[in-house]
Amino acid sequence: MSRRRDDYESSWWRRFKSWVDGETDLLAEGMEIRIPQVPGDGNGETKQPGSQARQAGTDGETRQLGSQAYQAGADDGKDRPPHLFYESRGIRWFRRFYQVMSVLLCLSIIFVLLWTIACLPAIGNAGNPDNNEVSARYIEKGLQETGAVNIVTGMILDYRAFDTFGESCVLFIASCCVLVLLRIDAKDGDIQTRKRLEMADDRRFEPKEDIILQKCACVLVPLILVFGIYIVLNGHLSPGGGFSGGAVLGSGLILYLNAFGFQKTERFFTEKIYRRITLCALTFYCMAKSYSFFTGANHLKSGIPLGTPGTILSSGLILPLNICVGLVVACTMYAFYALFRKGGM
Amino acid sequence: MNTPLFVNMEETVSIILFGIGFTMLMLHRNLIKKILGMNIMDTAVYLFLAVKGYIRGRMVPIVADGIQDVSAYINPVPSGLVLTGIVVSVSTTALMLALTIRLYERYGSLDLDEILMRAKEEERA
Amino acid sequence: MSLVQNFPFFSIILAMFSGILSSVLDGKKARNVSLAAIVMTTVMSAAVLHFCVRTGQSYTYMMGHFPAPWGNEIRAGVLEGQTAVLFGVVMFLAVVGGMDHTAMDVEESKQNLFYIMIDLMLSSLLALIYTNDLFTAYVFVEINTIAGCGLIMIRQIGRSLSSAIRYMIMSQLGSGLFLIGLSLLYDVTGHLLMSPAKEAVAAIEAAGLYEVPMLVIMAVVSVGLAIKSGLYPFHYWIPDTYGYATPTASAVLSGLVSKGYIFLLIKIFYRVLGRENVIASQIVNVLFVFGLAGMLMGSVHAILERDTRRMIAYSSVAQIGYIYMGIGLGTQAGMVAALFHMFTHSATKALLFISAVGLYEVSGDRKDFRSLQGSGYRNPLAGIGFAVGSLSMVGFPMLSGFISKLLFATSALQSPHKMLPTVIALAISTILNAVYFLRLVITLYTIPEAENAAGKGNDKRQRVFVAAKGQGEASAFPASSRKLRLAIVSFILLNLVLGLCSQPIVNQIGNGLTMFE
Repeated sequence: MSRRRDDYESSWWRRFKSWVDGETDLLAEGMEIRIPQVPGDGNGETKQPGSQARQAGTDGETRQLGSQAYQAGADDGKDRPPHLFYESRGIRWFRRFYQVMSVLLCLSIIFVLLWTIACLPAIGNAGNPDNNEVSARYIEKGLQETGAVNIVTGMILDYRAFDTFGESCVLFIASCCVLVLLRIDAKDGDIQTRKRLEMADDRRFEPKEDIILQKCACVLVPLILVFGIYIVLNGHLSPGGGFSGGAVLGSGLILYLNAFGFQKTERFFTEKIYRRITLCALTFYCMAKSYSFFTGANHLKSGIPLGTPGTILSSGLILPLNICVGLVVACTMYAFYALFRKGGM
Repeated sequence: MNTPLFVNMEETVSIILFGIGFTMLMLHRNLIKKILGMNIMDTAVYLFLAVKGYIRGRMVPIVADGIQDVSAYINPVPSGLVLTGIVVSVSTTALMLALTIRLYERYGSLDLDEILMRAKEEERA
Repeated sequence: MSLVQNFPFFSIILAMFSGILSSVLDGKKARNVSLAAIVMTTVMSAAVLHFCVRTGQSYTYMMGHFPAPWGNEIRAGVLEGQTAVLFGVVMFLAVVGGMDHTAMDVEESKQNLFYIMIDLMLSSLLALIYTNDLFTAYVFVEINTIAGCGLIMIRQIGRSLSSAIRYMIMSQLGSGLFLIGLSLLYDVTGHLLMSPAKEAVAAIEAAGLYEVPMLVIMAVVSVGLAIKSGLYPFHYWIPDTYGYATPTASAVLSGLVSKGYIFLLIKIFYRVLGRENVIASQIVNVLFVFGLAGMLMGSVHAILERDTRRMIAYSSVAQIGYIYMGIGLGTQAGMVAALFHMFTHSATKALLFISAVGLYEVSGDRKDFRSLQGSGYRNPLAGIGFAVGSLSMVGFPMLSGFISKLLFATSALQSPHKMLPTVIALAISTILNAVYFLRLVITLYTIPEAENAAGKGNDKRQRVFVAAKGQGEASAFPASSRKLRLAIVSFILLNLVLGLCSQPIVNQIGNGLTMFE
């Protein structure tokens, strides 16, 4: 504070610092579309999408609803600008102290962990403790025991399948949480719900019939989907598998959605279908793995043929499991996107 | 320069990234940057694991030409762990972003302190 | 292999499958599925417990066709069985007790999602209890975290959303530390399953290799799980989280979720890192100091708090401090005391949260001290439940809290260096506990002064009912339902059982701990 240039506010350092502090966004000026203020708006600054919604709204009722809703949310726009909280001197000193402490903490964590890894075995060395009998068996016998040419797939879907099942459940429960947060159900709910519904109204975000995007999507989407299916089906033969293939499929669907809009995708993909696919895939996964865990633990023969390694129909349960995982991941990725964009599928 | 830190350069980098991500997640006020920090932290751990599985001069663990010898392939275990970890990280990121959207809709801010303060005010009102 | 031995695996898969199934059901059916799943898993856990007590040994169960260092494994023993049974019972009662409020707090169309969270929470808790594999533990820790976040934010009011994001941030810090600890451990041992990893750790310690990494691994894993379970300096997310969630969620989170992580930590100490190594590394002393600080500071915060639910939440901070103090003593007796206190706290804290709900119902859904005056007369059963829970927390004889305090005190006597601080902290913390809990209990049975002055009848109870009319019936909340009463009575019984039949339970805990090694 001792040294202050006249044009400090516009200097690069000041802008950099404010960006580091999280006060401004470097891209804010260039990227954001400023919407003219609606008269009678309580707080203009922080509510860009809202005022846009009110602009776009056709009837007066919606407009009023919007401003009411925002006042219910944060009605102190005039009385107290958002950054007043940081104006007081004590808090500013606290912030300074906090920054210093955070840098110190970062450095100390890095120091401790660097000290640790300095004592660890050197990387890339075949004699390290982690290259022991565990990985040796995966490599030497994996092909015979799981039938998968891709040893990693064999490991995660057969040797350590319980982890992988847990992981699918992580994805499932995360999608449930996002549904809770973002799905908008009640059409005539309270003011908060209606406000959210209005903000999430997709027509404003819907791309206009962009001919370039649509033509590119026509070419790319089939290719992407075919490639995704290829990755899923070849998970036991080549790099890839359910998760990576599913992510590719999901991105293909998202591209299609962006080019053609929700009306087209709703013809083949709604929330009902999403729930059914997830249910079927996870149920099959659950049953198949339960069967193999149960037979394994009780020393029974599983009776599932492993096939000839290297062919597409081989490696027992791994192929169907990959398909299930691929379906779940593709649907979940698409569902995340649709929920983030308009609060529904 | 033959100290372990320079020999294990990838590990050093991953640890530094971990520290940066951890601190960002813990101490940054902006929620989006916290989420970025979380992703940096997770990715640093995956880098660490991936590096640990690597063995110089060996192939990816996909059986080629019928060779099934330990000396031909790298360790498959860390790769599998990274695969599992990535999905977990995707899920938590999606959840935190969804929460951030809801909080921003409600309070018009991404600053965690301000959100907490406004939430308290809202309750008092 | 007998059928009973399959039960741990069945119960995990059953809970998970009921969650998956609930995604297409409506709220009511999902609730019934969830209750059925909880009952069945509890029965199965009881069978496992019976089996282990009868045979006197633990067993491991292969998850798949491949034996120990290659495939996944779970493990069941006396301690696992006990914990699973208790968790099942507490979960069931919490869901039953808070059912009406869940229906009120959660949007109609999202109720099935709430029960999905409950199911997956149950399955992840069971998996954390039974697991014998470190990476499985990590995956299920994440499921637990996300399900916990879902339970917090499902109420969708401002405070619960903001506390959910805080909870997620702290949990992710903990998970990150836990994961880097696992990676380091995998690097020096080359194993992810607990039993082979323990052998590798023993070999490393014997050879005197990797001293620094081992120390850092222990520190990082302990701190990671301590953050997630809310040990004192990392407790900031607790009061908001427990204070603003729907009652079932508060009871489940405070009673079970934090305990799951503590159980995992104890398991890792015993079954991976080795108890002697952990004690030699001084990590236990750090946990001991944090535990003591938590015991005192949690109680101080609770005294300063005006909102009763936040007060109960701060009391959780203090009780978590007790548990870590027991672990920090570093003796077998201390560990037994910590585990018994873990059970006590699950049962008692869930009782407090659920019976507090009964009191709010008759006080216009207000949670501050003034509004709760006299509510003990307005809802007698909830008042008794709250009083029993409070007395148990303070350490009243016959109740479970007394036994755990007794165990802490006797175990402190066995460790000479830590005896004095432990006993002093126990005494001070007990007094502080008494101050805030008994103050609230006295408030519950005090007639509001205004009403007292204006009261016209000479019958005391009649006046109280007049007060209830003025205050309680204005709210939209119905008088507590049969389900809530059932839950409160069962929780009181559970507390009495833990308090009166403590000897066999304590014996079996000790038995289970020896099986760990």
